[in-house]
Amino acid sequence: MKDLYAWAAIGAVILASTAGDVLLSYSMKRVGDVSELWKRRGMLAVLGRVLGTPTFALGVAAMGVAFYSLLFGLSWGNLSLVVPASASLTFVANAVAASIFLHERVGRRRWIAALLVAGGVILMAV
Amino acid sequence: MTFRKYLVLAGITVFSTVGDSLLARGMKELGNVSLHNLSGLLLAVTNPWVTLGILLLLAFFTCYMSALSWADLTYVLPASSLGYVLVALVARFAFHEEISVSRWLGIAMIAAGVGFVAAGPSVTHGHEHDNAAAETVSHGVKS
Repeated sequence: MKDLYAWAAIGAVILASTAGDVLLSYSMKRVGDVSELWKRRGMLAVLGRVLGTPTFALGVAAMGVAFYSLLFGLSWGNLSLVVPASASLTFVANAVAASIFLHERVGRRRWIAALLVAGGVILMAV
Repeated sequence: MTFRKYLVLAGITVFSTVGDSLLARGMKELGNVSLHNLSGLLLAVTNPWVTLGILLLLAFFTCYMSALSWADLTYVLPASSLGYVLVALVARFAFHEEISVSRWLGIAMIAAGVGFVAAGPSVTHGHEHDNAAAETVSHGVKS
């Protein structure tokens, strides 16, 4: 039962944080390089531009769901399983989502990396 | 990639790792949260370890958003992967959790994956070149 709760939480973290990461990355690409913007227009301009992007709020909401799912998982499973399992499976899901939704060129290098990380996660779970 | 940008990536790794560890410590103090007692999750933020963990995760979030404004999602994410190695070390030496040989091997594979991505270009979308060309373009623009 304990394991079931931990893995259910891990699944929820993966779904929610992949959605969140894609939305946030999309938002920040629309905002543009924040250090450039900060130098030219100041901190308030950066904050205004970021908070004024509607998909940013959606992304933060998804991250909130992921955060509470993680807290839930941490109360049931070991730190060295729950955190790496959810975070690195999210990495694989994100590679797929980024190539589909963000049109990032996830080349051979990044797919190999995704597989290495996925394999690492399986090893950590046994 | 400038030195400051590598600092931001390092911030992602360190802040997320330490933040997660503080959260875990707080949640262990609170005990198991059951489905029948979900209000326990909302009250969790009043635990000092959880509060401190959340502050560090806010610092992580700032670095993360900054990095996403100038690099691919698939480039930035692996930066936090190095944190898995840190998490395992924290779990082993601070919480005295057992770490098996296979788990150590998993950590090594994750670290190798991170190295693979970090050695490549930081921005790819919009470029129709092969990996090497994209790398040249990226280095030319970013350095």
